[in-house]
Amino acid sequence: LSFKLGPGRWFRSASVCLCLGAVQAAFAQTGTQPGSTSIFSPASTPADSIYHLSLFVLGLCAAIFITVFSLLVYSVVKYRRRPGDDGREPPQIYGSNQVELAWTVIPVLIVVVLFLATARVIHAIEDARLPDGTTEVTAVGHQFWWEFQYPQQGFIAANELHVPVSDPQHPTPTHITLLSADTDHSFWVPQLAGKTDLIPNRTNNMWIDPHETGVYVGQCAQYCGTQHAKMLLRVIVQSRADFDRWVAEQRQPATQPGDSVAQGRHVFETTACVNCHTIGGTNAHGTFGPDLTHLMSRETIAAGAALNNRENLRQWVQNPDTFKPGALMPAMQLDEHDLDAVTDYLVTLK
Amino acid sequence: MWDAEPISKPLVVTPTREAVQPLFDRIHGWVTTVDHKRLGIMYIVYALVFLVIGGIEATIMRIQLIRPHNDFVSPQVFNRMFTMHGTTMIFFVAMPIVFGFINYAIPLMIGARDMAFPRLNAWGFWMTACGGVILYFSFLGGSGLYGAGSTPDVGWFAYAPLTSPAFSVGHSTDYWIIGLLISGFGSIATAINILTTIFCLRCPGMTLGKMPLFAWLNLVTAGLVVLALGPLTAAQLMLLIDRYLGGHFFDTQAGGSAVIWMHFFWVFGHPEVYILVMPAFAAVSEIIPVFSRKAIFGYPIMVAASVSIGFISMSVWAHHMFTVGMTSYGNAFFVASTMAIAVPTGIKIFNWLGTMWGGKLIFKTPMLFCVAFLFQFLIAGLTGVMLSVAPLDWQLGNSYFVVAHFHYVIVGGILFAIFAAFYYWFPKMSGRMYDEKLGKLHFWIFLIGFHLTFDFMHIPGILGMPRRIYTYEPGRGWDTWNLIVTIGVFFQAVGVLIFVYNLVSSYFKGKLAGNDPWDAWTLEWSTSSPPPEYNFAKIPVVRSRRPLWDLKHPEDPDWKYE
Repeated sequence: LSFKLGPGRWFRSASVCLCLGAVQAAFAQTGTQPGSTSIFSPASTPADSIYHLSLFVLGLCAAIFITVFSLLVYSVVKYRRRPGDDGREPPQIYGSNQVELAWTVIPVLIVVVLFLATARVIHAIEDARLPDGTTEVTAVGHQFWWEFQYPQQGFIAANELHVPVSDPQHPTPTHITLLSADTDHSFWVPQLAGKTDLIPNRTNNMWIDPHETGVYVGQCAQYCGTQHAKMLLRVIVQSRADFDRWVAEQRQPATQPGDSVAQGRHVFETTACVNCHTIGGTNAHGTFGPDLTHLMSRETIAAGAALNNRENLRQWVQNPDTFKPGALMPAMQLDEHDLDAVTDYLVTLK
Repeated sequence: MWDAEPISKPLVVTPTREAVQPLFDRIHGWVTTVDHKRLGIMYIVYALVFLVIGGIEATIMRIQLIRPHNDFVSPQVFNRMFTMHGTTMIFFVAMPIVFGFINYAIPLMIGARDMAFPRLNAWGFWMTACGGVILYFSFLGGSGLYGAGSTPDVGWFAYAPLTSPAFSVGHSTDYWIIGLLISGFGSIATAINILTTIFCLRCPGMTLGKMPLFAWLNLVTAGLVVLALGPLTAAQLMLLIDRYLGGHFFDTQAGGSAVIWMHFFWVFGHPEVYILVMPAFAAVSEIIPVFSRKAIFGYPIMVAASVSIGFISMSVWAHHMFTVGMTSYGNAFFVASTMAIAVPTGIKIFNWLGTMWGGKLIFKTPMLFCVAFLFQFLIAGLTGVMLSVAPLDWQLGNSYFVVAHFHYVIVGGILFAIFAAFYYWFPKMSGRMYDEKLGKLHFWIFLIGFHLTFDFMHIPGILGMPRRIYTYEPGRGWDTWNLIVTIGVFFQAVGVLIFVYNLVSSYFKGKLAGNDPWDAWTLEWSTSSPPPEYNFAKIPVVRSRRPLWDLKHPEDPDWKYE
């Protein structure tokens, strides 16, 4: 099967015939701005093929709806009992085999067509053979954040998935292996692909090939516990050069801080922080929480619950419940002095 | 064999002493009753109480979601609310309410004096009642009294491993398991009772092919309950073993399988949808003909469609699992089976339309609810077809689109049909007419509320809003839609209050209804309203599907054509 799935021509013509402009217009407004999560603004092949299939399905359903709804309205208006009715019972009709046959066979035909159209897209997405040069990422779902391992490059990131842009002529897609460390989660970035669950003891797969650079947002779509709502997801699509630069940075151990933040590093390394977090080049090797080696390369903290800046970091260490009540990170109970010191240290982790 | 008046008039020997009994004796009478009519009414009243409770839980959620970053309730409370709302509405509102109508109407419609096993019937009701009480005792038995656990917060389908002791500490999940387990035993008992009653207690002349459609469709319901509740019960027991005896069925940290729970749950969960919708179809199939003044169109096809829905519904469950990473062939199978079920369902809609076609439609409240049911069930069916397209489900599954879709089925379809059934059989149950003006007011207000809430709820789903989130960011385009959805809830609440007021006030002050206020055709309308304990003084003998039509039109009886 070719990787470049072009949506079938007849899908397109069918959808055009069925005048779906109105539906598209209604959602295009929200679709064009960055950060959209509309399923009608696809930016990657899987999302795009689903989009075209959805137009076909919507058109078909709209046609059925209009037909049956018109019949319903017609019979309600035409056959209502009118004032001055003679009170006699209408002719009793018990059924008609021809009519029954018609409204059995026609739906069967519609269903067959719909099934074939669907099977084609399922096959194209699920059984796609990805080309050489595909970027491999392993996404691990945690309560309530995302771990992104880059096995080819040998580093681990969190919450913000960086992938290279893919030129439709020479696709360089990203294959994502989906695992879970605790409960069920689901990876859903509507502009890039449909959702796939992350299930403990099970390996799932999905792929994306974003056509344009930019930030694509989504979130966990399978209830996973108290803070399911704030398990947000950002996919940062970069040009090949930017992506390579980012990879090179991520592969470095943490920047060795100067004396000014030595105290903060000491606090970090001698408190419970190290039980859950890793900082490359230090004695912090915990894996329950996100890897902090390049913390400041991220735009957000707490899986997208807050912007990543000094003030929010300090607040997060002091009391995570401010942003995310029910998050598994404990309030660290540091005194003001240590809190400032550790925050000073964290903001050096570029 | 066929005399001029085959169905005897009811004997007026109903003891009237009950009215003057002391209160305690009257309560004792209800608690110890094995009469199918009283048990039916108890099921219905029990369900109405939980309908109000489940509605309050829904309202709390909708107030929380009225705007982004609202802090009306904490995430913990929100998660408990959606778990309890779903569990309550399915197991302690929808199931008891349909069992109530089945219990009440089936023996009357098939000319029997009671259910086949009256005591089992009472046992089934009390088990269901206990299940609900146990579930709700978690509010007290949780953190209030023992300092451990709280109300269940694992979602109504309670996916593993969220329910394992590692993630669900305390006893909230245990209350959920045991409440459902016990009510499940009651449901299975009642279903066996319904099957036996329909197979064994039909009056002379009523062959299977001459049963009212209400009986046929609920025969399918009862069959589905027997088949579907088993897997749920088994799964609940396995989960209890996991939680208390060190089992590892679903305990993924010890090598168990989260996906097996999903299979067990949805093997129950999807037939469950048809368990609830069949009685709704059943009510509509009785009401539309009477208010169209025509026989049901295509009776044998309706029976065949219902039975085939029953069978196919057992093979579609994994369409709830399109996102768990099944192979393309697995997904394609469940796409095909799910789409296949749309065919018999469509046939039913066409046959109801065929019944109305050429009739003389009388728009009393029950008929209004039936027409709205047809309209809404059509849309619910079509969004169902969209979701059966697996790639579309990869986008829309677990989003607000799905929430809107199944509320369209359950509220727009089932609840509207249940309201129709209430107004249709209320005169039979109480002996008095409801207030038609209030009934119509209820219809219109509820209709507006329903459409405000559930039409607009599809849109945030399309815009990427997942279900079960207690809050959301501004700027995703979800704000306005959520506001409208919440406003609709208040219309629905007002509608339900009017409905309850109408029932209560009409029960005491309504006009006397007489035996047959709708000029209807099935056997329950031949006896008094309310019927005496023994239903029929003399067991009726029938020759067609519409015995009272034959009686009223001796010159043109149905049995000539059947």
